Amino acid sequence: MAKIKIDGREIDVAPETSLLQACEAAGAEVPRFCFHERLSVAGNCRMCLVEVKGGPPKPQASCAMAVRDLRPGPNGEPPEVFTTTPMVKRAREGVMEFLLINHPLDCPICDQGGECDLQDQAMAYGVDTSRFAENKRAVEDKDIGPLVKTVMTRCIQCTRCVRFTAEVAGTADMGLISRGEDVEITTYLETAMASEMQGNVVDLCPVGALTSKPYEFTARPWELAKTESIDVMDGLGSNIRVDARGREVLRILPRLNEDVNEEWISDKTRHVVDGLKVQRLDRPYVRVAGRLKPASWSEALGAVADRIGANPKKTAVIVGDFATAEELYAVKSLADALGIVDIDARSDGSKIDPAWGRGAYRFNATIAGIEEADALLVVGSNPRLEAPVLNARIRKRWRKGGFPIGVIGEEADLLWAYNHLGDGPTGLARLASGENGFLEVLKAAKKPLILVGNGVTTRPDGAAVLAEVAKLAVAVGAVGDDWNGFSVLHTSANRVAALDLGVVPGAGGRSTDEILAATRKGEIDTLILVGADEIDTSGLKDRFVVYLGTHGDKGASAASVILPGAAYTEKSGIFVNTEGRVQLADRAVFPPGEAREDWAILRALSALAGATLPFDSLSELRAKLAAADPAFAEIDTVAAGTSEDVIRLAGLSAGQTDGRPFVGVIADFHLTNPIARASKTMATCSRLRAGQLAAAAE
Amino acid sequence: MSVRRLAPAEVQPASFAFSPENEAWAATVIAKFPAGKQASAVIPFLMRAQEQEGWVSKAAIEAIAARLGMKLIRVLEVATFYTQFQLAPVGKVAHIQVCGTTPCMLAGSEAIIKVCKKRIAAHAHELSADGKFSWEEVECLGACVNAPMVAVDRDTYEDLTPESFAAILDAFERGETPKPGPQNGRVGSEPIGGATVLTDPGLDDGSFRINIVTAAAAQPKNG
Amino acid sequence: MLHDRDRIFTNIYGLKDKSLKGAMARGSWDGTKAILEQGRDWIIDQIKASGLKGRGGAGFPTGLKWSFMPKVSDGRPHYLVVNADESEPGTCKDRDILRNDPHHLVEGCLIASFAMGANAAYIYVRGEFIREREALQRAIDEAYDAKLIGKDNIHGWPFDLYVHHGAGAYICGEETALLESLEGKKGQPRLKPPFPANAGLWGCPTTVNNVESIAVSPTILRRSAAWFSSIGRPNNNGTKLFMISGHVNKPCVVEEEMGIPFKELIEKHAGGIRGGWDNLLAVIPGGASCPAVRADQIMDAQMDFDGMRAIGSSFGTGGLIVMDKSTDIIKAIARISYFFRHESCGQCTPCREGTGWMWRVLERFAKGEAEPAEIDMLFQVTKQIEGHTICALGDAAAWPVQALIRNFRPVIEERIAAAKAARRVAAE
Repeated sequence: MAKIKIDGREIDVAPETSLLQACEAAGAEVPRFCFHERLSVAGNCRMCLVEVKGGPPKPQASCAMAVRDLRPGPNGEPPEVFTTTPMVKRAREGVMEFLLINHPLDCPICDQGGECDLQDQAMAYGVDTSRFAENKRAVEDKDIGPLVKTVMTRCIQCTRCVRFTAEVAGTADMGLISRGEDVEITTYLETAMASEMQGNVVDLCPVGALTSKPYEFTARPWELAKTESIDVMDGLGSNIRVDARGREVLRILPRLNEDVNEEWISDKTRHVVDGLKVQRLDRPYVRVAGRLKPASWSEALGAVADRIGANPKKTAVIVGDFATAEELYAVKSLADALGIVDIDARSDGSKIDPAWGRGAYRFNATIAGIEEADALLVVGSNPRLEAPVLNARIRKRWRKGGFPIGVIGEEADLLWAYNHLGDGPTGLARLASGENGFLEVLKAAKKPLILVGNGVTTRPDGAAVLAEVAKLAVAVGAVGDDWNGFSVLHTSANRVAALDLGVVPGAGGRSTDEILAATRKGEIDTLILVGADEIDTSGLKDRFVVYLGTHGDKGASAASVILPGAAYTEKSGIFVNTEGRVQLADRAVFPPGEAREDWAILRALSALAGATLPFDSLSELRAKLAAADPAFAEIDTVAAGTSEDVIRLAGLSAGQTDGRPFVGVIADFHLTNPIARASKTMATCSRLRAGQLAAAAE
Repeated sequence: MSVRRLAPAEVQPASFAFSPENEAWAATVIAKFPAGKQASAVIPFLMRAQEQEGWVSKAAIEAIAARLGMKLIRVLEVATFYTQFQLAPVGKVAHIQVCGTTPCMLAGSEAIIKVCKKRIAAHAHELSADGKFSWEEVECLGACVNAPMVAVDRDTYEDLTPESFAAILDAFERGETPKPGPQNGRVGSEPIGGATVLTDPGLDDGSFRINIVTAAAAQPKNG
Repeated sequence: MLHDRDRIFTNIYGLKDKSLKGAMARGSWDGTKAILEQGRDWIIDQIKASGLKGRGGAGFPTGLKWSFMPKVSDGRPHYLVVNADESEPGTCKDRDILRNDPHHLVEGCLIASFAMGANAAYIYVRGEFIREREALQRAIDEAYDAKLIGKDNIHGWPFDLYVHHGAGAYICGEETALLESLEGKKGQPRLKPPFPANAGLWGCPTTVNNVESIAVSPTILRRSAAWFSSIGRPNNNGTKLFMISGHVNKPCVVEEEMGIPFKELIEKHAGGIRGGWDNLLAVIPGGASCPAVRADQIMDAQMDFDGMRAIGSSFGTGGLIVMDKSTDIIKAIARISYFFRHESCGQCTPCREGTGWMWRVLERFAKGEAEPAEIDMLFQVTKQIEGHTICALGDAAAWPVQALIRNFRPVIEERIAAAKAARRVAAE
């Protein structure tokens, strides 16, 4: 630790701490625009100037100087920094004036208004008049894609966006071209940005130069009710803030969580918002003479209850990716009560068996643990598409160096360099045999990370391949007491909860594919889809299918009865992310029309079906859930698995692997679920990526 | 500085490739740098592309980015930052770069620019009617004691008057390459009429050569 | 006046044989091996003792700079980078070294690299110096052919010397911007620390020196530190290439003694002021970034670091821009402001925004289209730039404007008043 005096107050900080951070630690506020703790230091805005005692007779950029760069006083006194002296005040006023001379005074029509760093700091550190008598500079706006709107005259050239795309996102979409006062932020000839997390540049932009295009002119920040929630677009469980006005969700922003998403979210997480408003199921429907007709809740629920009651044993349930832990528990309880064994929450066909133990299906290394790893093997996963923010964490680790990466699976642009070690199980076998040298790399690593994706788990031979991967992980020393590097990356928001709660076929029960086949054949009378859309619905139309969900998507179109439920922003619930972190999402708005929260629908149905579930409120349900599994009461903690689980999995004889290559589970990043498929923004992004839209520049 | 943009699509060539000679040259440039640092060659490559084609096209930027393993935006940044790169076609015979900075201005560069406006085009970076010439005012070209001056291709024409400059344009017009350097009779940066220094014959007969290191080494031997 | 015997650049005008043979006949490469055999410390000590200050404008002691390089390599290679990005208006000496007398530089590169433990050096020549680059490359090729340099040379220190070039950016004369440019990026200065001696080219220990600083070093070592420091006066030692441009009868480059009186320099080598001494208005003494001074201020001054500091200016590179009374001094400085606005890299706020502001106000001043109060405002704007930027370009842009206001304020006031009067007349 090093001592430093800030405005007369002595504090201890790590020697490599920047003066800016040291000032903050001492409670001295330092304004800044270009500095961002997750980006490299640019030092270009010059707003964070401070005075250093005994230093040169000019102010220093506090972001760019570390405490260890300062020399102690003549008698060994700690170095001194001042943030309130006339020199500092003049410097700030001067820089602020320069920033404003060419900045338009268009705050009243600027979407950044009310949450603008420049606006705030001009109030705090600026002067109230302008001495600039020349013409202001105008900069042409750039078309950089469907998500980020540009008003480039507002740009203060802080280059946060340039650094973000180059460093965090890894796509190097943006740059600062030209020179001097004519510099311009742009993409290469205004091509659309390629990053799956480009929307973060809007948050990073300290002014209104980069704003959200879909959100353009929608609302002022002070009109919005802000609700803390959890994202469901992938298995990461990004912490989000849902901003709503009245009954309408208007935007989604990231919340800081160092252990999960830091302060980033993917574009799907951010821009799926408009999908919450369209294609909504806002009242119950019952199919009459081949056509869905609006019905009352009692008609719809009654029809379902009658059908189940006729033959509960011939009822099956498939649960989709958005169900909360409470709903999973309620569904499971109902199935148990009715004796339903054909139940599966692995709607993607995953072969993971919760009986293997929690360690067998968790991202055991934890997301933050990626940064501790010193080698990585990716098997059957494209983390860039399956969890862009987690992928950014891998990239962050990779950029630090000393992080060899091998990939077995599709050879995609993952935004970090890797050795491609094969396409499928044979590649895995070759690696395990030491054929390509990467085995030694993993063995030499202290904390090797073995990342397995759904490209493995959803294969017919998924269990066998997963066991092989576990075997390799154990063999290279990735699984131990101090470090468990065997890590499964789920794409489903709450799959870990579903597995923890055992929402899988009971004794003699059928799995998802078997349920669907049996339904088609008529061996199942009633199929209840709880938000399950990512399934093959062919041949279900003539069967009795109940769809409990939010959107008129695949599941609903196959349904005989539709029970309108609540989307993730419309209910409170627990989600467990891929590492096993239990997180609570709050309700931001109410479900539309007659739609109801899913747990209440299930509760009502249970009563009509003669198997009344033992709770009358969400809090009662939550208490039951916590009683069944105390881990679900430990919000914001990781309910970890054990290394024994992985070792057991490694010893599993799960049959032969076949030679087919691993296939990516995400065909279209922007359209992976009913909400995204209802979103115009996502559709635009999808078309753009597919190359159907001409480049943004044209 | 003015906003620098690539030339409009209609003048952009479909593709770019180094000539075989330049291709061979390119390998020698990359060899100057340690392995993996080939991006250092981006300025020489863009410059060579400009020498080959007359200007830097979009195709050249993209070909060079691919060749050096650089992101397109990084090469565009370089191409737009450095003002020697011509991002649009220039005069086929001569692109006249007139130094307009203060030392040249004091020596009459404004009169040279006037000639450019009259003879070539009203505005900088505009092609002459016959497409043979273009001109621009550039910042200090580092020949201040030979002001005013212009640069054309690889050569400079110094100590100009409007008349001697017009004569140079005439020569280019005729398809000749006028004699570069000072146009007022001197050789280089020596004072006109003859150098005031470096005239002592001792400089050439070796009598001024002194080396204390070798002399000291030799001394003990000589006793 | 300096005797020809004591001139280092014996072919600065290119009137003699420019080949290696010619240079060797004039003393280059004489006993270089013996110099290297004295060892790194000896060389650095001699350069320190000679009092040589960097000839690129900032005047930092060269020997001290060399001593900042790590004594022992930590595994990273060391580099010498020679700054031949000569681009400041009024400065054109390195051009003559490169095109006429390059062997001094090539030999200096070997010696300096040896002294700093570098086995490779890059000479970064401004893009517009094409013939100069060719001449330098010829000299290097000759040195390679004669095995004076190269991986296996007669001096026993493996050494490769490469010529690199820019493409029109004054800012690349700033050492860290130069390194960025050499790495294939925009020439945007880096934040310091870290300094290049710790993390320079490709993150390796690097020293960046001006052409003249390196080129004089072999002669200093041959002739002795005492010889060099005996020329000039304390703190201002040695010989220097002066460049005299503007309103003199015979503009020229000349190597003279540091501290030579201004009048003597102009009279002896530049043929006097155009129209006589009474016609002298102002001088910018060291390149465009140096504050312009009035005739009365410089008339009796000595041309060196201390001499120029004494009159409120700076010595810079020794490039004098002389202005006679026909000069519109506001316009002349406005053109310098235009230059800095053109050459600002655009990275940091005060320079990016301030250089354009200053230029625009000066353009109005030149026409008298301003209010007298704007003079003080402009001065304040220069103060808001000075000392607030990442590199020294902000300072360099601010100083000429400050000097204009400090030394020629009445001219601006008169211009404004005259324009006002003219407008009044026109209105009536």
